[in-house]
Amino acid sequence: MSQDKGGSVGCVVPQTAQFDQPLLLTCGVTVPRYQLVYETYGELNADRSNAVLICHALSGHHHAAGLHHEDDKAAGWWDNMIGPGKPIDTERFFVVALNNLGGCHGSTGPSTIDPETGNPFGSRFPLVTVKDWVDSQARLADQLGIAQWAAVVGGSLGGMQALMWTMSFPERIRHAVVIASAPRLSAQNIAFNDVARQAILTDPDFHGGDYYAHGVVPTRGLRLARMLGHITYLSDDGMGSKFGRLLRGERFNYNFDVEFQIESYLRYQGDKFAGYFDANTYLLMTKALDYFDPARRYGEGNLSRALSRAKASFLIAAFDSDWRFSPDRSREIVKALTDNRLPVTYAEIRSVHGHDAFLMDDPQYFAVMRRYFDRIAAEGV
Amino acid sequence: MLTLRPEFLQIAEQIAPGSRVLDLGCGDGSLLALLQRERQVTGYGVDRDDANIAACLDNGVHVIQSDLESGLSMFESGSFDYVLLSHTIQSMHDVEGILREMARVGRECIVSFPNFGFWQNRWQILCGRMPVSDLIPYQWYDTPNIHFCTVNDFDHLAGQLGFRLLDKRVMHRGRLVHWWPNWRGSVAIFRLGQRG
Repeated sequence: MSQDKGGSVGCVVPQTAQFDQPLLLTCGVTVPRYQLVYETYGELNADRSNAVLICHALSGHHHAAGLHHEDDKAAGWWDNMIGPGKPIDTERFFVVALNNLGGCHGSTGPSTIDPETGNPFGSRFPLVTVKDWVDSQARLADQLGIAQWAAVVGGSLGGMQALMWTMSFPERIRHAVVIASAPRLSAQNIAFNDVARQAILTDPDFHGGDYYAHGVVPTRGLRLARMLGHITYLSDDGMGSKFGRLLRGERFNYNFDVEFQIESYLRYQGDKFAGYFDANTYLLMTKALDYFDPARRYGEGNLSRALSRAKASFLIAAFDSDWRFSPDRSREIVKALTDNRLPVTYAEIRSVHGHDAFLMDDPQYFAVMRRYFDRIAAEGV
Repeated sequence: MLTLRPEFLQIAEQIAPGSRVLDLGCGDGSLLALLQRERQVTGYGVDRDDANIAACLDNGVHVIQSDLESGLSMFESGSFDYVLLSHTIQSMHDVEGILREMARVGRECIVSFPNFGFWQNRWQILCGRMPVSDLIPYQWYDTPNIHFCTVNDFDHLAGQLGFRLLDKRVMHRGRLVHWWPNWRGSVAIFRLGQRG
């Protein structure tokens, strides 16, 4: 019944933007130069008014849609949402997706070789915040000749970036689409992040963050961190219906090997992740989540005051089974927006998929996204 | 696709141009879309139904998906000029609660509902059946409506809750009914203010 079966953007080639102007980070460190890897889909129109920025979540990157080569088995991480005829329709919008500063997929980050030393930055790479990302994204927009985004879109940590855009650069964003996100982390959220970080930091192969020089990676820690994270991305019901108490074999073995299907699944996810993600980037991105607090930066602790700077229209979406960033957290954002009389639509979508629902193909979710982008297009792009 | 009920025009007439409006149980957003066009209002609709959220987006209305039974905590006190509740009150559990919340967030409240005291409804009951009509298009066993009232009943409750009656209109088939409204009118529209 889903009407959202548009086409693919096809083969895409990542591009690299070089920035030689120093960037002062929130932590006080200045990055003298850096690069960001990004992809674009669709065409920028003549008056440069149809650009949409896609912000990635915790473990994300720039490859949001299409394939990297003809035989690519997996498409970009949000390929179901972005493409010709899809909710974020590349026949109307020029879509930009990037890998954030501090990432491990080509943008300057801890695993990048520091040209001054010839070694990876490792432990010397500074902590970045959502605000720093938004600042660096604004410079990418400058390079691409985009004075104002038609929309900035993101789920989870990506939604935080979209929200930050409305406060940091209110004139440069017409619509913010904030999905499965929160205005700041709760103590429970931070606690989960710290357990994940401790798994990495206490891995004997971590070497204070300079494991590159030792020819090892803290695989065990990263794997545990991802397993923990993964549990928080799913809902109990979703996990229950997919795995229940299914066993791999026929009976209990009374040992610590993999017995239940859920154990097998989590270990597989953990191993896969540890194989392609950088531990330092994971540390840095979870800290960016913890530090995110626009109310503190812009509103003396009051989110409504902080959002009084905003001029954008908003789509806020939450999923009822998401306990990591529950609908209550999204409603806090909605309240701050209505306090400021800002245009906002809020959709609370039923789903069993928990926090991860924002990546999945749900008819109501896609209907809301499609219609919201229809509206953006109708306003004139 | 807008569904324009005749009472919408009666409601629109009472809204000052440029006001802030909150439309509770806004359905597909038709009323708010009309008010945006005819009265240049700003504001939000509130509805809990998935299909209505999508329809509101189509109709150019900003809508907040929420169950009215859980109150209006998302809105600051006194933040709207008008709070509308059109053809929704009969399906609410906590009628007093929502009226109090409306009074909290809005300067004036406009409530419209099907009048159970309308003669055709009374006649159907006299004939031994629960009323079914254009305005009450449900059988007793599959109706979302749980709190029907008459014009007089609502008048009484509004008074009890301390509202000041600013305007009362009763209609049938798009026309105002002045004589014996509680008998001859199928739809009622009340505009209420705080007790002065």
